[in-house]
Amino acid sequence: MAGGVVEKSTSNTSTYAGLGVFMMLPAWAIIGFFLVLPVATMLIYSFLTKEFRGGVIWEFSLAAYDQFFFDRGLFGDDPARIEWTYILIFWRSIWQAGMATFFCLLVGFPTAWFIATRTGANKSVWLFLITIPYWVNLLIRTISMKFLIRDTGPLNEWLMASGLISDPIHIINTNFAVQLGLFYSYLPFMVLPIYASVERYNLAFSEAAADLYATQWTTLRLVILPAVKPGIIAGCILVFVPSMGAFLAPDLLGGAKNFMIGSLIEEQFKGNAGNWPFGAAVSMILLSMVLIVLTFYARQQGKEGAH
Amino acid sequence: MAAKTDLRRFTGFLPMTFVCLFLLYAPLIIVMVYSFNDSKSITNWGGLSLRWYEEVFWGVESAKFKAAALNSLSIAVVAAISATTIATMAATAMLRAGRFRGKSISFALINLPLMVPEIVTAVATLVFFSAIGFTTGYLTILLAHIVFCIPFAYLPIAARMQGIEDVYEQAAMDLYATRFETFRLILLPLMMPGIISGFLLAFIISLDDFIITNFVKGAGIETLPTAIFGSVKQGIKPNIMAISTLLLMVSVGFVTLSWLVGRMGQNKK
Amino acid sequence: MKNYLKLGASALALTLAASAVHADGKLSIYHWFEYIPQEVLDKFSAEHGVEVTMDTFDSNEAMLASLKAGKLGSYDVAVPGDYMVEIMAGEGMLDTFEPSELSNFGNIQAQWMDVSFDPGRKSSIPYQWGSTSFSVNRDVYSGDINTTDIIFNPPAELSGKINVLDSQGEVMALASMHLGIPQCSSDRDQLKALNALLQSAKPHWASFGSDTAKDVLVSGDVAVGMIWNGFSAKAREEGANVEYAFPKQGYVVWMDNVVLLKDAPNRDNALKFMNFLLEPENAAAITNYAQYTAGVDGVTAHLTDAVKNAPELNPPAGASGQFIMACSQEVQAVYDKIWTDLKK
Repeated sequence: MAGGVVEKSTSNTSTYAGLGVFMMLPAWAIIGFFLVLPVATMLIYSFLTKEFRGGVIWEFSLAAYDQFFFDRGLFGDDPARIEWTYILIFWRSIWQAGMATFFCLLVGFPTAWFIATRTGANKSVWLFLITIPYWVNLLIRTISMKFLIRDTGPLNEWLMASGLISDPIHIINTNFAVQLGLFYSYLPFMVLPIYASVERYNLAFSEAAADLYATQWTTLRLVILPAVKPGIIAGCILVFVPSMGAFLAPDLLGGAKNFMIGSLIEEQFKGNAGNWPFGAAVSMILLSMVLIVLTFYARQQGKEGAH
Repeated sequence: MAAKTDLRRFTGFLPMTFVCLFLLYAPLIIVMVYSFNDSKSITNWGGLSLRWYEEVFWGVESAKFKAAALNSLSIAVVAAISATTIATMAATAMLRAGRFRGKSISFALINLPLMVPEIVTAVATLVFFSAIGFTTGYLTILLAHIVFCIPFAYLPIAARMQGIEDVYEQAAMDLYATRFETFRLILLPLMMPGIISGFLLAFIISLDDFIITNFVKGAGIETLPTAIFGSVKQGIKPNIMAISTLLLMVSVGFVTLSWLVGRMGQNKK
Repeated sequence: MKNYLKLGASALALTLAASAVHADGKLSIYHWFEYIPQEVLDKFSAEHGVEVTMDTFDSNEAMLASLKAGKLGSYDVAVPGDYMVEIMAGEGMLDTFEPSELSNFGNIQAQWMDVSFDPGRKSSIPYQWGSTSFSVNRDVYSGDINTTDIIFNPPAELSGKINVLDSQGEVMALASMHLGIPQCSSDRDQLKALNALLQSAKPHWASFGSDTAKDVLVSGDVAVGMIWNGFSAKAREEGANVEYAFPKQGYVVWMDNVVLLKDAPNRDNALKFMNFLLEPENAAAITNYAQYTAGVDGVTAHLTDAVKNAPELNPPAGASGQFIMACSQEVQAVYDKIWTDLKK
């Protein structure tokens, strides 16, 4: 998407040529000053010595990265072996975030399409309907979700009363509960970008396809999906990346039995550990992974665009 | 016409939309019901009562919660408007301004707030603010919120703009419209769905933020999330449910209003 | 909604106006949210003509992190837990005062004068104290609950129905008491045993959780929950048939304290405030609100019956509690490793 956006635009549109720097300036300035500088500080912190109970000592050290990659036993004096703990935690986060993104897409795309094909003012009413629940704080929403899906909660009671099941479905404190929580936390972040890219999309193409007796699903696959790709990609980024660092859904719905990256990093700054360099190092590893994936994808898009 | 009807009604899309709405609203029904709970519990039903609404409006803590709600809403509105404006300009630069210096790293830069874990942004920002001698307060919260709202506004706007071919703008320019007129009269209206989506996402992400706010806020300033998360010593009481329900009512009020305004606009035509 | 906003705006304006009337001095408090009743703050403002502003935090560690990141110097007093007082003192974040500077200093109960985290009370005064152990749903289990086996080696009917606080310090301390080893022991065999105990206990646990520690007990999601005594009392009031345990192996005692911060911008007002909190009547008002226990003599007369007679707040004779200790850097590193391995 990144490059997709960049490459395509450079090739065909330059209505505002020469104004690029000017229009980009506010974003550069505010993010550069209030985020890049602080994050650069954190990058430096990750190479410093940890101060006990939080903070750093200004002495160069690779201890944080060593802790991430090497296991030296409970007391830190065994011969170094490869540390699998944090790789496992990363893998778990990627998997959970990926599943949540998949569910969001599954439910979000049809919803976005449905909204985009409404008329006039109804459209904005539908849009608001999707975002209204998010006026309620995430903590409260997650607690309510917990209440809803617990073993003796309304969902199970209703299913049992209707005779569909005889024993309650155990959802709470499972991986699925975490995925459900992440899905619920970020659903509008999938729906709205897709809606934005399909709204008033020139339907002529797909209508033509329908005229040619293409089935609904062929039309969807060959004509519509490619056209809404930018929206889908934007939505996937907005769901997947924040899900990786989320901690409320894993803690409240998953029972906090297994760390995800978000909770692991939080523990380094707010927990007993107080290990800022390690927290910074884990964040930098996460950050560079996301950056690499985005850049790689951008390159791919660039190549496709060149055809 | 038949083809168009087909497109509007893909098999399974309507049921899926209702699944979506059901999933979104089911937990809220719990919130609303328990806001009328007579018990102090948020999980056990103790009879119908308005006591929590009474507490929200006239209780000893009411002033604090009201101030927190006002702070949250005002910060969310200002941050979302600023972020949407910045993101719209940035998207126009990225997609409509040809090549310029620094363009290649701009995408990563704009999405950086999304990629840095919140707690890291929180600690780093506070360290930075104190290093440059910024006093924490309302303004520091606002600045931090604008920064992390930008990608949430940018991505829908850019996704929208990618789908708009520039033939309309070219036509306008051919008819001697200035670049500003072209932007205002052609591009901006076409981008509106993206801008609205971006604004709404920025708004709800600002309204929900706890971690960053908790670090960069100054003495005496609470937002609703910091008030709610900070209640650990007392436990979560149904008064939070009552506040949430009231907020929902406010937002439903906005929707009804916008729908009425939209309908009036249509009738005039 | 317009009215709601109006109401909010006018309330805000009133608060501002009220404090502006007699702003002789200022006081900036760093506190937990909803841990001090507004009436008490208002009373202090009125008595001393001091404008009070309060900022809030959600955990001891978050407070420490944010003071470290640069907020030290903007607050006069803070309210850290016991072990955190020691840590903050070690970090040089606390100012000291002389007993003569507080006329009510003598009201501090004798047992809380020479505490391990601040011997002789040089920079802190007691705020509220309580205990942490666990509560058991009596509908599910009727056996003896005053043993830490309930958490670490539970009977079959409780296995898989246990919620443990998501807090390294409290879990490690209770586990050490279960094993009968000292907290923060640096003995390798004892640390290995601690690790093994937690690994073997985890399969019996349904979840880790602090924010909803009370609610999972009330809703019946779990039958056993590690919990603070005040929360257990609330769970009982909300209708759960739970009993709070005072295990024979020991339980955790905690105490929140008001500390005088270093570089306090209004040191005099901070001392006035601390003195004010040592008045039995004011300490009792906080206890009635928060439902923990004050560390001040003479409060009993001002307490409500519900607080006075709550079984959770009155340990039986013979039960003994311990403060959580702040471990050395080496031991803490091992604790962190054990905790990460437990939750990996």
